[in-house]
Amino acid sequence: MAMPMESPITFTNVGKTKWWQRGLFASQTGYVLLALAVLLLVMHFASPYFFTQGNMQNVAKNFSFIAIATLGVTFVIITGGIDLSIGSMMCFSAMITSMVMTELSMPGSPAGSLFVHMASDGKTVLANVPGLILLVSVFAGLGAALIVGLVNGFCIAVLGLSPFVTTLGMLSIVRGLGYVVSNGRGSFPGGPDADYFYAATSGDVFGVPAPFIYLVMLALAMAVVLHHTSFGRHVFALGGNEKAAELTGIPVVRVKIEVYVICALAAGLQGIIISGWLGSAPANMATSYELNVIAAAVIGGANLAGGIGGPLGAIVGCVLLEVIRNGLVLAQVSSYWQQTLVGVIIILAVLVDRIRSRVS
Amino acid sequence: MTKPDTTPALELTGIGKEFGAIRALHDVDMQIRSGEVVGLMGDNGAGKSTLVKIIAGNFRPSHGEIRLAGNAVHFNRPIDARAVGIEVVYQDLALADNLTAAANVFLGRELKRRFGPFALLDHKAMAARALELFGELRSETRPDDFVKQMSGGQRQAVAIARTRLSNARLVMMDEPTAAISVRQVEQVLSLIRRLKEQGVAVMLISHRMPDVFAVCDRVIVMRRGEKRADKPIHQTSPEEVTALITGAKEAA
Repeated sequence: MAMPMESPITFTNVGKTKWWQRGLFASQTGYVLLALAVLLLVMHFASPYFFTQGNMQNVAKNFSFIAIATLGVTFVIITGGIDLSIGSMMCFSAMITSMVMTELSMPGSPAGSLFVHMASDGKTVLANVPGLILLVSVFAGLGAALIVGLVNGFCIAVLGLSPFVTTLGMLSIVRGLGYVVSNGRGSFPGGPDADYFYAATSGDVFGVPAPFIYLVMLALAMAVVLHHTSFGRHVFALGGNEKAAELTGIPVVRVKIEVYVICALAAGLQGIIISGWLGSAPANMATSYELNVIAAAVIGGANLAGGIGGPLGAIVGCVLLEVIRNGLVLAQVSSYWQQTLVGVIIILAVLVDRIRSRVS
Repeated sequence: MTKPDTTPALELTGIGKEFGAIRALHDVDMQIRSGEVVGLMGDNGAGKSTLVKIIAGNFRPSHGEIRLAGNAVHFNRPIDARAVGIEVVYQDLALADNLTAAANVFLGRELKRRFGPFALLDHKAMAARALELFGELRSETRPDDFVKQMSGGQRQAVAIARTRLSNARLVMMDEPTAAISVRQVEQVLSLIRRLKEQGVAVMLISHRMPDVFAVCDRVIVMRRGEKRADKPIHQTSPEEVTALITGAKEAA
């Protein structure tokens, strides 16, 4: 039932927004990216070591250690929520992964006999299928994250509790569970697949750190999901106007649960990767990392009020934090200044965006 | 005027709604035929919005029955009402400011293209269809512009364009002319006439007497949760309707 058009539509009254006032150029992410470029240039002149291959690998590895979790929390922040249980989640997933790995690598135990056998010398433990233990234990760690994410999502979307309070509680619950399952001692990856585990988490491919490769792949996937699927569109709509999302028939409850599950899974994966680098999953691992992760997301342009954010911003935020940390070390400034400076940058980034939106 | 189709597009019988101790609606009967424009008037708190929300599936009625083209319907969610051809333009327009006009038009029913196992958004098709709809509404709105930069009239166009996506049988408009310019009011009214020509039943909820008298065939007046009048527009006058709304005249 198309209606006939009397004449083609014209735009005499409505100007087109100039290209530099649209998209990346007009976003906080754009400004912070510019600031990052300037900072990199300054660092180049300030320290001859900054742009060396070793230091670059170091920087890439270090920011990848929080950036995957930042991608996850960005989903939550776009919907206007928050997840404070990230740090605890990292620890718990890492712990479950290495505990399962150790458990499955014991030839005597009932579960272990399925996966490993003794070599003929009676001392060396061999895997029945190389890599299978690694796969199962990583899935166990991510499974734990999935359950926590579902509980977070259920409390927030179905029971209607505030995201701040729910995830603050979950921060404590998950950290506590970590102490309970490990008796406060933490756990260590072990068994025949431990070498694969270290290679997959802290190894590198042609000089590129493995975590950085995961990060790039996940960020690309996230960009596609956010901007080219209806799920992504609904995530933005939820953050822009939750009531409108509800009225237009978007499954608000489902989308909310999904973003908390994504966030928990990202944190879990991040924790597993960090534990590979540390060589263990201590019970106090990643304590207060949620603050770094949220700070990185906010610096990169994710708006805590909801509706704005993306993978580029998340990564730019993480890189900026890491370059500052790295730069302070190279410049031989006391590392105690780092936290102070991070705080100043959070406020500056948001302030610049505020001034920009006032001006335009 | 002959009425070939005697089954009303929408028929409400004995609709009532209580919120705890508050009786928002009591025993409301009404009918709307296809191609008919009905004005729903009443003061704030008269029960108009509650009635609209019941028809749109936001609330379930405490009493009574809704029939659509003769069949009883029960809505649990707004999407159920939309599935059978009931569209609503909400007073606050229900737009997400951080999305583009086209994204808002297609919110909740995005067009997708399949790439193997994945279904990705078809941005081009959505922008083209949105532009077509804005053209029909004679609104100078670019599909790729963000809603937060738009004027009140453009926002209205986006909200109305949304109802044109499907073959709606009933379009309810909650104060569509409250916050827009005189020229744009004229555009919205002409759109309502076009909907009528297409055989769509339209329910116009408005405070603006001139608009109601300009486009409606019939006017229904609500007061204190009850229907007080239901008259063809040519048998009443703005003065009488005002008296009914304020309660100076109890019923007609």
